[in-house]
Amino acid sequence: MLEIRNLAKSFGGVKATNDVSLDFPDGSLTAVIGPNGAGKSTFFNLITGALKPDTGQVLLDGVDLAGCSPPEIVRHGIGRAFQVASIFKSLTVQETMLAAVSADQRSSAVLHKRFPLPETRDRAGHVMELLGLAGKRHRTAATLSHGDQKLLDIALALVLEPKVLLLDEPTAGMGPEERWRMIDKVRELWETQKITVVFIEHDMDIVFKIAPKIVVLCYGRILATGTPDEIRNNSAVIEAYLGTEHAGATA
Amino acid sequence: MTELEAGRAQGLAPVRGGSVLQRYRDVLIALVAFAVLASVPLLTGSKALLDFVIRCSAYGLFATSLNLLVGYTGLTSFGHGMFFGLGAYSFGLIMQKLGVPIPVAFVATLAITALVAAAIGAICVRLKEIYFAFVTLAFQMLIHSTILSWASFTGGDQGLRGGIPRPVFLGIDLANHVHLYIASCALLILGLLGMRQIAQSPFGYTLRMIRDNAARASFLGIDVWRAKLTVFVLAALFAAMGGMVMALFVSGAYPEFAYWTISGEGIFINMLGGVSTFLGPMVGTVLLLLLNDTVTRFTEYHGIVLGVVILFFALGLRKGLLDFVAEWFSQRRDAGEGR
Repeated sequence: MLEIRNLAKSFGGVKATNDVSLDFPDGSLTAVIGPNGAGKSTFFNLITGALKPDTGQVLLDGVDLAGCSPPEIVRHGIGRAFQVASIFKSLTVQETMLAAVSADQRSSAVLHKRFPLPETRDRAGHVMELLGLAGKRHRTAATLSHGDQKLLDIALALVLEPKVLLLDEPTAGMGPEERWRMIDKVRELWETQKITVVFIEHDMDIVFKIAPKIVVLCYGRILATGTPDEIRNNSAVIEAYLGTEHAGATA
Repeated sequence: MTELEAGRAQGLAPVRGGSVLQRYRDVLIALVAFAVLASVPLLTGSKALLDFVIRCSAYGLFATSLNLLVGYTGLTSFGHGMFFGLGAYSFGLIMQKLGVPIPVAFVATLAITALVAAAIGAICVRLKEIYFAFVTLAFQMLIHSTILSWASFTGGDQGLRGGIPRPVFLGIDLANHVHLYIASCALLILGLLGMRQIAQSPFGYTLRMIRDNAARASFLGIDVWRAKLTVFVLAALFAAMGGMVMALFVSGAYPEFAYWTISGEGIFINMLGGVSTFLGPMVGTVLLLLLNDTVTRFTEYHGIVLGVVILFFALGLRKGLLDFVAEWFSQRRDAGEGR
């Protein structure tokens, strides 16, 4: 269980994250939405250690990870994928996966053996199958399509076998059809892997369709949390967000 | 997670072979290369050729070690030459002052280099790109100035004079030209094998990840700072090996060995030969030394000629020679598959 307690972060006078407390039970799927600048990515950066919170706690199974470095937090089981696919452009898909498993098995500093280590093969192969990248295993990451790069980014997080997977806009920059394929994939991963998934998404149709629970952030605060129906009918949300830009989505 | 663990049970069997075979292949290539190099003195009495290979060994070790930083990790060091100089001076001073057997001085020099590199690296690898380059350069100038001003110990701008004693050990007499030649070749081959192992180890792939995307590497649980420091020290060790070969060759050590131009030559060599293939720097070494030797014979303006050549590689090919050849082959292969 991931529990966020009174998390806060300011940049100068701007409160990017302002006293956020949330629970993500094991095996839950939660969408984080909010207008641009609502502090969604900052929220992820605070959880994963990319930013250090000013105050507050990030409790994973009772262990406070607030202020730890990214490698420490990853090792505790919080993996993440990025808004802009963050991959290793000169490595092939397979090398990327194998190297990530090596890192997870704490053999990334091994000097006396040859890469890849035999014990990293099955895990890497399995996750490539899972994300449909197995057929492209020998492709250099830079030559992959945008969608496949996003998948590779998610695969990188997933291959570490995290307890919690944070996906920052898994569908960013994709066309409508590709979006649905990606989000079906995310849902499938959530269902089969039994992990806690939290994702940021802009497309309201997608959010209301697949997320059992939604968190709405606005100006760094939690504006509302609830099921899609509760969010859809929440007057504060409609006013702050849906009412203006996404009127169509509520219909 | 259950699904992942279940998936792991399958397919354990078939995969062992490839990486082990690759290692045997590298060792085999190394042995053949050594055999070829070692047979040269039997075929020719040319002292100049042997000298050339010895110099190639010294510079090749140095340039290849620099490529571990530049090509594999993306750390462009402008001060790597300090470890070349440090190796030459440490080795020379230990032999002159302590008179220990050569292997002892060799190991002691590596130990000293490791300590110095760890201290300097701990400061430098926190910095990125141009700042890393500048601070490594600053440390190089610091070491160079120290050598110049501590004349009572290092001989100042005169260098370590009076020759480095080369006592016979295990039947190897490094005062003998052919023995020195064989030993240099052996050190070169061993050093290259060692660096090849580093490049192809899981750690080598950690370096590639850091080069491509250090932030992402840290989100995979990799301690980027530690990995960078490790490769900084490892590269320094091989550079020091190159320095020791040089010290043995000239039977002395000179401040120029620790001057920034050595680092510059290292960068030139990498640009000439290429940084994305393991042997690129080795090819670059041979090219640069050949150019140097032939051009200086014809003109005193060899700097201009070298500059033009570098410009041709940088602006014309936009990559080193071996990178160019490797790319050409892979394009040909792809075209062949396309047919």
